[in-house]
Amino acid sequence: MGAKTLYDKLWDEHIVRYDDNGTALLYIDRQLVHEVTSPQAFEGLRLAGRKPRRTAANLAVPDHNVPTLDRARGIVDPIARLQVQTLTENCADFGITELGMDDPRQGIVHVIGPEQGFTLPGTTIVCGDSHTSTHGALGALAFGIGTSEVEHVLATQCLLQRKSNSMLIRVDGILGSGVTAKDLVLAIIGRIGTAGATGFVIEFGGETIRDLSMEGRMTVCNMAIEAGARAGLIAVDETTIEYVRERPFAPQGAEFERAAAHWRDLVSDQGAEFDRTVPIDAAAIEPQVTWGTSPEMVAPVGGRVPDPGDEPDPVKADSTRRALEYMGLRPGTAITDIRPDKVFIGSCTNSRIEDLRQAAQVVAGRRVATGIKLAMVVPGSGPIKAQAEAEGLHQVFIAAGFEWRDPGCSMCLAMNADRLEPGERCASTSNRNFEGRQGPGGRTHLVSPIMAAAAAVSGHFLDVREL
Amino acid sequence: MDKFENFTGIVCPLDRANVDTDAIIPKQFLKSIQRTGFGPNLFDEWRYLDQGEPGKDNRNRPRNPDFVLNDPRYRDARILLTRENFGCGSSREHAPWALADFGFRVLIAPSFAEIFYNNCFKNGILPIRLPPVEIGYLFSVADGPEALRIAVDLPRQILELSVGERLGFAVDPFRKHCLLEGLDDIGLTMEHIDEIRAYEDRRRTLGPWLFPGNGLEAA
Repeated sequence: MGAKTLYDKLWDEHIVRYDDNGTALLYIDRQLVHEVTSPQAFEGLRLAGRKPRRTAANLAVPDHNVPTLDRARGIVDPIARLQVQTLTENCADFGITELGMDDPRQGIVHVIGPEQGFTLPGTTIVCGDSHTSTHGALGALAFGIGTSEVEHVLATQCLLQRKSNSMLIRVDGILGSGVTAKDLVLAIIGRIGTAGATGFVIEFGGETIRDLSMEGRMTVCNMAIEAGARAGLIAVDETTIEYVRERPFAPQGAEFERAAAHWRDLVSDQGAEFDRTVPIDAAAIEPQVTWGTSPEMVAPVGGRVPDPGDEPDPVKADSTRRALEYMGLRPGTAITDIRPDKVFIGSCTNSRIEDLRQAAQVVAGRRVATGIKLAMVVPGSGPIKAQAEAEGLHQVFIAAGFEWRDPGCSMCLAMNADRLEPGERCASTSNRNFEGRQGPGGRTHLVSPIMAAAAAVSGHFLDVREL
Repeated sequence: MDKFENFTGIVCPLDRANVDTDAIIPKQFLKSIQRTGFGPNLFDEWRYLDQGEPGKDNRNRPRNPDFVLNDPRYRDARILLTRENFGCGSSREHAPWALADFGFRVLIAPSFAEIFYNNCFKNGILPIRLPPVEIGYLFSVADGPEALRIAVDLPRQILELSVGERLGFAVDPFRKHCLLEGLDDIGLTMEHIDEIRAYEDRRRTLGPWLFPGNGLEAA
């Protein structure tokens, strides 16, 4: 057997069988379930008289619709309330563990999976949510699926899959001060494009990735889907193993050591071949700000909004023109002249403790600028919120004029009450700047937590290193 | 799932790249716990001039006359022609549900985002990838005074254009088979239950930490 990539190893370990035509039946170790993409799957099981094959392989949490204010009042919107209640009822009916809205462990599905030790290295993990790629940061093969496949996994613990191509994004060099994992992944997407990894599983490797914390690695893998990738992966190392140790649903004691010994092999072998390799120089990356309506429409903070007239490809030029019209921006505008109305620090991309610590450092001793109508911090989970409060970070944010909210997806996709009004502009640490994503007519600029914090206190985008 | 039948349909040209699933069906409609009824809100933010909400009567909402789906030529379209990376973003299966509910059975683009592409086949929609040159040609003829019609022949993998040409297309044989027979994936997988069980037995030996005892057994 030749040298294998990490993806090869994960894939091979989960094959139940191959069909004559090369389609694999892939075993799924873990499924995360949330309220938006599961009701029709449970209903499908009911209609067919089926049961979940392994209840203990599933963990459910409501996150998309939950309010981030006055949670004791419950959900005001009756349609959203019904959806969250439906999740609770389905979990009770089918015997699946749910961390409900009142559970102190509740949070964004892609935050709580790793946090609770449900996400383990070497597993296959799915969820009816595209940002499932996040979990690849722990050396797990993790990808988003549709509701029909949620039902398929509940019923069979398997999925029909074809193997993807492999791409190595090798990042070497040291990230400059003020340059974060978010800037790195935005720069990568800017480079390869929003469909640049369609049909591929990306492994992020190189010394820069090795030097990232688990939080940073999760931010990078989270946005692999924004480059079109099936999944994002990072090899297991001691950082991974120490992160998983003693988490509630992770193996404990001697069993943990046995598991860890297996996990240490979850790296691409020396000499393993990838279908495509993209080298990235970390030292050349500046803080990034998106200016358009696709994550690939991104520029360094020192840059300018592009001119569609300079784009030779007519389809791209048209996309740029449309994006600028939607965003209310003129070609050539300096990124630092763009002034947000709102600031959102949160989402499965950037709501972890390290994100909050870094943002708080920028905010400390400063005030939210007068032009900013709302600046909010939405921690990714109950435990993160509690940790941040234990460290006094909430006081820093509140003193500066930020709102300090309860955990959930919140203004990343605006399914709850947290949203932009038409025409409002937002500095957001989330993952998608699509039209209407944060509210109909809303204009999203994706940035890192410290860049969002810097925009909040200065009233316009600026290089956080100049603060 | 209903069997996919050959048909002849009108082509609606949606000349945009990277159409994301948030645009196909905006998030406020994802609160539904049903699989049906999304058609009137397909492309809601582009199609109407006011803001759509679940439960709102869509019949009297002001329509955006510039949006292609509101063009009388394409009112009964069953084939959507679009640009690269269609269906990117969120994994929401509500996107193919909305397209199917509106009446679309075939999507033609140079490329599709992967999760969306998979979701289509689960809902009786045939997504067809064609080379950019052919896509360019289809756009040039779909925008004429008379709507372009295409006869879709899935068994023979041929598109017959009302303007005369024929185009072949590729499709995974297993997916083609499932579409034509209207097969339920879960039923097919269940036929291999013994192999799944055997795999689980092996896995339990190699990775016991993944099995009961992990604290997730329901109380």
